Amino acid sequence: MSHTEAAALSPETVMRQMKQNGVTDVVWLPDSETNWLYLLMQADPDLRMVGVTREGHACSIAAGLYAGGRKPMILIQNTGMMESGDSIRGWLMGMQVPVVLMVGYRGYTRHGVNSDTAATYTERFLMAFNIPFYLVEGDSDAERISVAFAEAEKTRRPVVVLVGDEYHGFNR
Amino acid sequence: MMHMADVVRAIAEHRGDAIVIPGRSGRYWAPISDTVFDLPLGDPAMGGHAGFGLGVALAQPDRRVVLLDSEGDILMSLGMLATIAEQAPANFYHFVLDNEVYATTGGQPVPNAKHVAYDVLARGAGYPRAFAFTGLDAFTRELPGILRAPGPVFVAAKVFPEIENEPISRRVRWRKRTADKVVQDLRVALTSPA
Repeated sequence: MSHTEAAALSPETVMRQMKQNGVTDVVWLPDSETNWLYLLMQADPDLRMVGVTREGHACSIAAGLYAGGRKPMILIQNTGMMESGDSIRGWLMGMQVPVVLMVGYRGYTRHGVNSDTAATYTERFLMAFNIPFYLVEGDSDAERISVAFAEAEKTRRPVVVLVGDEYHGFNR
Repeated sequence: MMHMADVVRAIAEHRGDAIVIPGRSGRYWAPISDTVFDLPLGDPAMGGHAGFGLGVALAQPDRRVVLLDSEGDILMSLGMLATIAEQAPANFYHFVLDNEVYATTGGQPVPNAKHVAYDVLARGAGYPRAFAFTGLDAFTRELPGILRAPGPVFVAAKVFPEIENEPISRRVRWRKRTADKVVQDLRVALTSPA
């Protein structure tokens, strides 16, 4: 097994975490990190997928699903998360919706040097909004996803999982 | 054109046991009904009421969900129409009260205010049924049938603008519960024995 394969975050691992934490609905917009995860989710008859055309829409849909008794998860990219600032504020934080956002960390590199401003501003954005976040780079980090779910439930706030594994885990 | 209060009153008469999200019409809805199945949220973030309504409808497929949306919100989130049409919740009744202006900010016109056909947009996005009304007689005549038939259905209703020019701090506060309390009240009610 190569170093890259060992470090990769597999979609099966992510699905297992979602199942363990009782996710019923995934509100999502595709990105380069999540294509193979999409195929797995599509094949699961117990998981409803709600596709959106702009990431901010995911926030109010998730709030409505939660109000109605479901347990949604949001799956978007960091670019769309930043676009969604006011919806995160109003529909998730303001309404105390305990939801996990799995956010593809476009531009992330392990070396801290990047040429993509999407990565430059991602953690700064989350800190400005005071949203807790956990970085997941490979299968060995997967338990952090459960930590995020537990924290969201406990605090009744959105919690972000940053998926720092672009072009490896989901597009094999 | 119709008065917003008349439209809201007509919907209230026929809502039955539906969950109602009054959106920006909340100040007219609150005096009529304020149960746990009324979800007055104020304005959490513009453009999101349709998504919230969709979420509730998907979560509670055995209950009708009535949303009173606005044309300003719709214009901000046109793509939401495609999402709703794809999910196609049969229990979702999406009303849009179109006053052609941003009433809460002084009455500035929405873009292309007099020429946007919201029912056509909805139909084009995939809603199987969409209607447009400009007069109260036709609206009240058709409303019971609209609410009896399966959704998702989109109903555009032209209403007179009722512009608020008072500074926000001096406006009458019509909400009795915070948005998060509204959500929690509903969740408790849905899990409580009948």
